[in-house]
Amino acid sequence: MFGYVIRRILATIPVMGVVAIFVFLLLHLTPGDPAAVIAGDYASPADVERIRETLGLNRPLHIQFFTWAGQLFQGDLGVSIFSKQPVIKLIGQRIEPTLALATTTIIFAVLLAVPLGVLAAWKSGTWIDRSVMVFAVLGFSVPIFIIAYSMIWTLSIHLHWFPVQGYKSFLIQTGTGIDGAAIIGIGFEGICRDSGRAGCGLVPFFRHIALPSIALGLVYVALIARITRASVMEVLTEDYIRTAHAKGLSPRVVLIRHALKNASVPIVTIIGIGIALLLGGVVVTESVFNIPGLGRLTVDAILHRDYPIIQGLILIFAGVYVLINLLVDISYTFLDPRIRY
Amino acid sequence: MISKHLQSFMRIGMSALLASAVLGFSAGSVMAEKVLRVAPHADLKNLDPIWTTAYITRNHGYMVYDTLIAMDGDLNPQPQMLEGWDVSDDGLTYTFTLRDGLKWHDGAPVTSVDCIASIMRWSKRDGMGQKLADFTKSMSRIDDKSFKLVLNKPYGLVLASLGKISSNVPFMMPVRLAMMDAFEAVPEIVGSGPFVFDKDAWVPGAKVVYRKNTAYVPRSEPASYAAGGKRVHVDTVEWIYIPDAATTMNALVAGEIDFWESPAVDLVPSMEGNADITIKVIDPLGTQGWLRPNHLNPPFDNPKARQALTHMVNQEDYLRAIIGDEKFWSTCPAYFMCGTPLDTDIGSEALVKQDLAKAKALLKEGGYNGETLILMDPTDIPVLHGASLVTAQMLRDIGAKVEVQAMDWSTLTSRRAEKKSIADGGWNIFHTYSTGADVSSPIANIGISGGCEEKAWFGWPCDRDGPDSLEGLRDAFSEESDPAKQKAIATKLQARAYEVVPYVNYGQWFQPTAYRSSLKGVLISPVPFFWNIELN
Repeated sequence: MFGYVIRRILATIPVMGVVAIFVFLLLHLTPGDPAAVIAGDYASPADVERIRETLGLNRPLHIQFFTWAGQLFQGDLGVSIFSKQPVIKLIGQRIEPTLALATTTIIFAVLLAVPLGVLAAWKSGTWIDRSVMVFAVLGFSVPIFIIAYSMIWTLSIHLHWFPVQGYKSFLIQTGTGIDGAAIIGIGFEGICRDSGRAGCGLVPFFRHIALPSIALGLVYVALIARITRASVMEVLTEDYIRTAHAKGLSPRVVLIRHALKNASVPIVTIIGIGIALLLGGVVVTESVFNIPGLGRLTVDAILHRDYPIIQGLILIFAGVYVLINLLVDISYTFLDPRIRY
Repeated sequence: MISKHLQSFMRIGMSALLASAVLGFSAGSVMAEKVLRVAPHADLKNLDPIWTTAYITRNHGYMVYDTLIAMDGDLNPQPQMLEGWDVSDDGLTYTFTLRDGLKWHDGAPVTSVDCIASIMRWSKRDGMGQKLADFTKSMSRIDDKSFKLVLNKPYGLVLASLGKISSNVPFMMPVRLAMMDAFEAVPEIVGSGPFVFDKDAWVPGAKVVYRKNTAYVPRSEPASYAAGGKRVHVDTVEWIYIPDAATTMNALVAGEIDFWESPAVDLVPSMEGNADITIKVIDPLGTQGWLRPNHLNPPFDNPKARQALTHMVNQEDYLRAIIGDEKFWSTCPAYFMCGTPLDTDIGSEALVKQDLAKAKALLKEGGYNGETLILMDPTDIPVLHGASLVTAQMLRDIGAKVEVQAMDWSTLTSRRAEKKSIADGGWNIFHTYSTGADVSSPIANIGISGGCEEKAWFGWPCDRDGPDSLEGLRDAFSEESDPAKQKAIATKLQARAYEVVPYVNYGQWFQPTAYRSSLKGVLISPVPFFWNIELN
């Protein structure tokens, strides 16, 4: 097992290398010019050319690649062409909202979808099953922005239960260290660590993250519920389930301990894929709810051809995908003792 | 063992929660910071307003920096950082004197050397600045508070140039920054303006924070455009970039933001009945749409074919398609905008009355032989996408074959710089727009330049031979200081422009602004300014 994990981690190195080369070439061969964007609409062609020169964008492609790769090996993702901020800092500013959104979304989706799927399988063919499946079809079919705007309209604008937009960190300043630096912790409500102003903490966090999580989570609820239902239904026809019933075990024990556990491999797989998709697929939700996360950073960087940011983000996304796949594979060994690496 | 650790962890966690709840309560109750929350028209990506001409960076520049001279509501230059100026009898020497109390945000005093260096850096990037540099013989320090600009021949736009209201604005910077290459961004943001940029709170793509500059001494005059007293009535201004228009509207309605710089015009009716929201056009000059043909590629290398475009365009069709509500647009044939001192309708008969038959005939006379015209369509900018579709249909109506190439704006800005033939990937037409502040003067209006491949803007119109050419008339305008004579030259220039057709003006529109009705003192100006505003 340990050897397998090491082999898988080592195997990510060539994967990341291929991703790096592919992304770099793709970006630089795509039309679009950051120098022209920087110079603005009213700059002369000569000005644009001069800016391109100062940014090093007119150097041969292989030189640009090796410069970037050299920085990468030293752990430096470069500097944004536009804001001149280190890419790692920009990603650092955005990672918390995206991780928070992805985590709350997946928790919400799993907590709702798995029981619904099990219930639908258990009550297969009844109105409960049909209701869950209608809900699943709706969850798939209705675009996120429709759900999002509807919730904003009713719950934020009319009922004032939730804010319309924005993100508030759950981290707050809990005190000051002996060196004068703020001590950061988790609390219900307190002073934000970045702005020094009140309005952060768990309460504001959940008020701001609830609607985006529900809007984004519904599609995953639908997906996971369907897979859970299909998987549990398949297991419920197995001989050992019949045996368990014959032994006189209660339906709840049969369902949870025998059926759900044995049906969990495909469910865990789809949850893993869901987490990976969430990290890269939060763009619409982040835009509609104005959450300053990685999705928006990616889109902005692509629109402006901010190459270092795009390259850094794609490498990080690729790394996360590889890591999640690895974790899912490892989890199989716990869920199904027959699987060994 | 485990339970012991768990208990200990929970104890610490609960203490932190309780402590933070108390802290949060006390902090919230003592803070009464006045924060103006603004949704700007774009994300602030670049911080150096000399390095880029982007309007959002210009607006940022006005927050942080100050100018020697500023335009007032009558478009007259007024002293801003200056106490005043003297002009020698021969009109060749300008002596500028700084007013008292000017300080950089780092506490150092503003000196004449800072200003000389700032003017020099700006003049390397800005069209009007380059023109001023061409006429400048020398600039020299007299003392810490005054300096001298000596011209090699009379130039009528010295004050207008230094008081230029739109990009690139000649903002003043400390000499250590102003000495930097104008083609590289300055590494730190230190100005002398009414707000201080909070670098630590800046989240590119999301939020920009400005703190009130408590050391700033405003002028005594009332604020008027960029001129007058810049009195700040809030502690902090936050620019919260919200990419989605519907979300921005909802945030404004819910009171989560106070000021929305550029609401989508189609969302305005949803807010108009709301007493908490004020909808107002604060830019009286408006915006002008440009249909830009490529003067290097056939058929638009021929003036007849370009004149065909003038006969083809019906401004009303464009404005209805891209803006809609009639109260936010007007047809306007003036190259230098309607409602400005240089407004004239001379030469505009072809544009005022659409004549598709004449356009078709002129296109043929211009050498059009049925080849496919390449129209670049930036689909990510709704106004330009709409204008592109209208033009494509009109071109088809006059018998042209059109290929509408969809792309994002970033790709377009790259493609438009290509001077290649159509066969090699070149282009024929693209659309853009420019604010009134940028086109209301023949020198600031880069679209009207006939400077050919070397000096003209993308599309490269070429008309520079003789005093009656576009360039000849622009030069004559710049050398004239008498407003009446300037108007006469601008009139001749427009008549010539309708012959050469550097671009076709497809209409003038007025971008509304939406803000909470509780705000008082929102200034009327082509640039959104955030001084003078009070939160009630």
